[in-house]
Amino acid sequence: MPEPMGFYTDTTVCIGCKACEVACKEWNQLPATNGGRSKLSGDSYDNTRRLDGIHWRHVKFIEQFDAERRQGRWLMMSDVCKHCVRAGCLEVCPTGAIIRTEFDTVVIQSDVCNGCRDCIGACPFGVIDINPVSGTAQKCTLCYDRMRAGMTPACAQACPTASINFGPIRELKQKAQARVEQLHGRGERGAYLYGADEKMLGGLNSFYLLVDKPEVYGLPPDPKMPTRNLKRGSLWSALGAVVVGVVGLISLRSRRDVNV
Amino acid sequence: MDISRRDFMRVSAASGGAAALGGLVGLGADLAPTLAAAAELRIKDAKTYPSICPYCSVGCATLVRTVDGKIANIEGDPRSPHNEGTLCPKGAAIYQLHVNPNRPTKVLHRAPGAADWEVWDLERAMSRVAELVKKSRDETFIERLEGGVRVNMTPAIFSLGGATLDNEWNHIHQKLMRGLGIVAIENQARI
Amino acid sequence: MADSDCVIVMGSNMAECHPVAFRWPMLAKARGAKIIHVDPRFTRTSAMADIHAPIRAGSDLAFLGGLVNYVMNSPRWSSEPFFKTFVLNYTNAATIVSDEFKDAEDLDGVFSGLKEYTEKIKEWPLNAFLGQYDSKSWQYATAQDAQAGSGWKANTQQSGEQPAGDERSSGQRGAPAQAAPPGPPFEPLVKGLLKPPARRDPTLADPRCVFQIVKRHFARYTPEMVERVTGCPRDTFLKVAETLLASSGADRTTSFAYAVAWTQHTNGPQIIGCAALLQLLLGNVGRPGAGIMALRGHASIQGSTDIPTLYHSIHGYMSHPSALKKHDTLANWLAAETSARGYWANTPKFMISYMKSMYGEAATRDNDFGYEWHPKIIGDHSHLPMFVAMNEGRVKGMLCIGQNPATSINALVERRGLGKLEWLVVKDNWVTETATFWKTAPEVKSGTVKLGDIKTEVFFFPSAQVAEYDGSFTNTQRMLQWHYKAAEPPGDCRSDLWFTHQLAKRLKQMYANSTAPRDAGFKALTWDFDPDPSLPHEPGEVPPTAGDPDGLKILKEINGYYSDEPTKHVASFGDLKDDGSTTCASWIYCGVFPAPGQNRSASRKADPPGTPGAQLGWGYAWPANRRIMYNRASADLNGRPWSERKKWVWWDGEQKKWVGLDVPDFAATKPPTAKANPDAIGLDGLSGTDPFIMKTDGKGWLYVPSGLVDGPLPTHYEPAESPVRNPLYKQQASPVYKYWKREDNALVQPGDSRFPIVITTYRLTEHYLAGAMSRFNPWLTELQPELFIEMSPELAAEKSIANLDWVRVSTPRSSIRAKALVTRRLRPFTIDGRVVHHVGMPWHWGYEGLVTGDVVNELTSLVADPNVSIHEGKAFVCNVEKV
Repeated sequence: MPEPMGFYTDTTVCIGCKACEVACKEWNQLPATNGGRSKLSGDSYDNTRRLDGIHWRHVKFIEQFDAERRQGRWLMMSDVCKHCVRAGCLEVCPTGAIIRTEFDTVVIQSDVCNGCRDCIGACPFGVIDINPVSGTAQKCTLCYDRMRAGMTPACAQACPTASINFGPIRELKQKAQARVEQLHGRGERGAYLYGADEKMLGGLNSFYLLVDKPEVYGLPPDPKMPTRNLKRGSLWSALGAVVVGVVGLISLRSRRDVNV
Repeated sequence: MDISRRDFMRVSAASGGAAALGGLVGLGADLAPTLAAAAELRIKDAKTYPSICPYCSVGCATLVRTVDGKIANIEGDPRSPHNEGTLCPKGAAIYQLHVNPNRPTKVLHRAPGAADWEVWDLERAMSRVAELVKKSRDETFIERLEGGVRVNMTPAIFSLGGATLDNEWNHIHQKLMRGLGIVAIENQARI
Repeated sequence: MADSDCVIVMGSNMAECHPVAFRWPMLAKARGAKIIHVDPRFTRTSAMADIHAPIRAGSDLAFLGGLVNYVMNSPRWSSEPFFKTFVLNYTNAATIVSDEFKDAEDLDGVFSGLKEYTEKIKEWPLNAFLGQYDSKSWQYATAQDAQAGSGWKANTQQSGEQPAGDERSSGQRGAPAQAAPPGPPFEPLVKGLLKPPARRDPTLADPRCVFQIVKRHFARYTPEMVERVTGCPRDTFLKVAETLLASSGADRTTSFAYAVAWTQHTNGPQIIGCAALLQLLLGNVGRPGAGIMALRGHASIQGSTDIPTLYHSIHGYMSHPSALKKHDTLANWLAAETSARGYWANTPKFMISYMKSMYGEAATRDNDFGYEWHPKIIGDHSHLPMFVAMNEGRVKGMLCIGQNPATSINALVERRGLGKLEWLVVKDNWVTETATFWKTAPEVKSGTVKLGDIKTEVFFFPSAQVAEYDGSFTNTQRMLQWHYKAAEPPGDCRSDLWFTHQLAKRLKQMYANSTAPRDAGFKALTWDFDPDPSLPHEPGEVPPTAGDPDGLKILKEINGYYSDEPTKHVASFGDLKDDGSTTCASWIYCGVFPAPGQNRSASRKADPPGTPGAQLGWGYAWPANRRIMYNRASADLNGRPWSERKKWVWWDGEQKKWVGLDVPDFAATKPPTAKANPDAIGLDGLSGTDPFIMKTDGKGWLYVPSGLVDGPLPTHYEPAESPVRNPLYKQQASPVYKYWKREDNALVQPGDSRFPIVITTYRLTEHYLAGAMSRFNPWLTELQPELFIEMSPELAAEKSIANLDWVRVSTPRSSIRAKALVTRRLRPFTIDGRVVHHVGMPWHWGYEGLVTGDVVNELTSLVADPNVSIHEGKAFVCNVEKV
């Protein structure tokens, strides 16, 4: 078996170019919101707003300036599925559509998914949503197809400043630790790793170097596994699994009206 | 060139979404049963052509992959000392310059004063343009200025564009223009 | 730039506009280098920088002048031998300037020689200079005319900034009074241009030497003055100055990166010149991690400047024959354009080879190689005056291929111009605003202009995309790279090559039977680009689209071949001849295709990772595959590297030649000890310690005696529109910039309270220029869907504007709407004691595409730099109000 693979995202070198968002869409052939006719959010340079079924990478922008502009920084961070070692989505999935791969990553098999949405609620990071084209739950696959062919995932390949690093988790952790030490040495005392150790959901196979509190980046400081009490949804899903075609169709229609 | 939402959805599903979504088919053999559904690399049998990004001037190298003669994927060329396989968002979207429902593929003609376009045959349009270039050149050609200086030129035809285009085009185009006596040749380097 | 110890990004938003190139400064930063961003806004580049120095748009030169003043007065710079050796030997610091020269110091902001401008050619009175200089008094002492040669500005050819083709740059290159001797050979003609070398004072004490003049000129650019003019806090400026100086020297180098935020000013070339002056003073030229990097905007904008689809020059930076100069015969063109010393002494070889590429066998020594057939320019035929001419009915037809002027400078004037044409051809990948100006432009939609009144016949030809035909681009580092056809273009989409080739073939046929003398040149023009099935192409190539010309045949004509043996390519520009025996369109590209089957632009051999060096196997960089120009300067007087850390090329005493990590940009076997021969032409006229081989004196120019029409030294002027009086001089703005006076092109007078806000325009990572290549592309439009105006919370509060409110932005030309993006990344500046607000707008939108928005260029004006006719889109004034 290959060793666990993942992403280490160094937010201190992210230039917010969004190449990762587009490279992901190119490879995975994902559509744009409303065919590209979206609205200005007014929130810095973020106009795609969040991870969902058609945005498997999302760049966040955080402006921090004091009134006199004596202190100022513009934080940017490319967010993605965390590929948790203890993955809530996988645990609640009633159809077995969500699997752990040989690379220790978490993948939703679109042809098995019935669109029940349980995983959407179960993810503490808000990563998953329905792709309106397929009507199924979708998220980053860590380019499972490319990994199997020995290729780098599209986003990491495209990233011009090596903010997104891809590789064996073991090597990524060493690299990340060295970078934290380098930043500390340069006086960037606030630099730390988020999700690199096992305390957080057994470890995130996509972890981050941050320089401010997790909440600033919209990340939970202490992400939890979902409660098991998802009876209603599960029941609905079990039914859905039986009549997968019909449910898929309904889901496709309803989501189109909302999202597309 | 408005495309309706429905058109866009259809295209996404046919050329886009389907490749990724329907592409998740099982390979089986080397995987545990729970991993039965795996992705087949959609560029498995692709032909690869080295290319260059047409956006800014950094000159990022790309690889264009085609399947059955159709472009299937365009991404950074990892060998390039300029970009080492990386791209910016525009570079990452070169695919959509080529495969795009908004893309015009017909010659359009608007008659003087007309309210709308008419689709024209390519050959007809080329002949008409050649006729107009000759007519305007012949009407406005200056052999000598009033002061007597020989100039053999016309200032009345303007050629604009070229900074996004190839060296070879720039050469034959400036050659044709200057050969005809057309001196007002400009591109984006000026602005 | 990965080798830099400090990277100063100024006049550029590198992380946003050239994100992949920004990879290299980021790599340098990871190794400990400093990144400095000098910019009005806090951008994605500033976010990565160690220092962000905010300055008011339009005040760059004051900031750079402050750095010059700081450096020249610093104890380290004055005492360290490296700086002194470099400046004394490799620049013109010691050269004595004519007694007649009066500096801006003496004349309160203008130079000697200023006079009124009058149009000379009645057929084209569109040059629009406010005034003009006679540059006679600016020359070096003892050689008033001839010493000034063709200026070769390494890495600063952002827009082909050669002197505009008007009479003011003539007479500077030593056009002799008598008729030039005929040729070929033209060597006697070149010898006849020799003048005694300029006087020098190696002690640098003479008050008339360049060093002393420069020092006096910049004395008033103190840190306090920098703060007054730019609004940059004094301590931030000093931090930049200290970091720059600390990162320069024998074993440290600093590089600058700029883009169109330095060019789009009424004194753009002077801003770049000031950076060049500063870098020469610091020894940051011709060395690894040094230099000034022009970050250009388009895939082959460098190529389209080298192979100029620009009116003022012909191939390889030769001046276009002009009715405004003494260019009446070939010999007189050569006499006017050739420099006796330096590499430009070879100009006759380049010119005759070019003429052969035009007229082939019909170009003979008896007919001056067809020189008389070649058209002459009669004034400024650049973008802005052409649209003015169009409005005046002087232009009948236009071929618009891959450009979108309907959203360009003072856009309404441009669209009005389009409406006066008899015919317009738009060839593009998308149906652009220019293609539909008659139908969907705002003035047509609003009914101000009636569609039926626009009599222009309009064509739209859809284009093939980059992966649908073969060809080469030249990137911003002068590197040619080939791209291959991978797929057939759909429908009637055709390459631009196809269009021009097919147009040429039709016209050739139409003129074939003409006996008119005026058509003789066109009949003689060679046109042999149809594919030849017998020529070798690589296996696996996708065959060309029917009717396409053969790209390799064109590349061959660009590269050059032997006139009598066309299958033999010219391998190097050193082999070109002035007798017609070589045919070569572009001498600087000679070598890219040295033999059949050896297209070096298609070379894709990268060095193994981690190898130091210049990646000479990847693509082909002109000239002669050199990666750093003037790299002789990377070695000391004896030819040794200045330091181990910064070695690049050096003299190998055993092999008796220059060697190193790059192709040496110097006579290969000329030792450092070689003396200049004052009686010799070409490189023999320069010594073994003269690195700047394109210059007549082999030196980097701190002081520019010729080649610029607005002064020999950089001087801060306010933009054409500014909210303040120039704090540095009585002279408010450049006395010689271009202004096309029209009712629809009114300018704001300095300090007009109706338009108190400084505005700058720019682009975003997510879009491309006028938007044709991004606004039809959903993956990009969703990232930046709508036009916005960035403003500070302070301004927003004054105007009661909330985030996302609709705002009206006005100038005397027009007014447009945009959504407010209120952010502390913008700030008010304190300029000369009072608060000046600053806004910024990206200019990608228009009325076509998936996402639409108002055209920001409705706001800009037709003013331009006098050297290169580039407009001033980076700094003007406006007002904003909540809608």
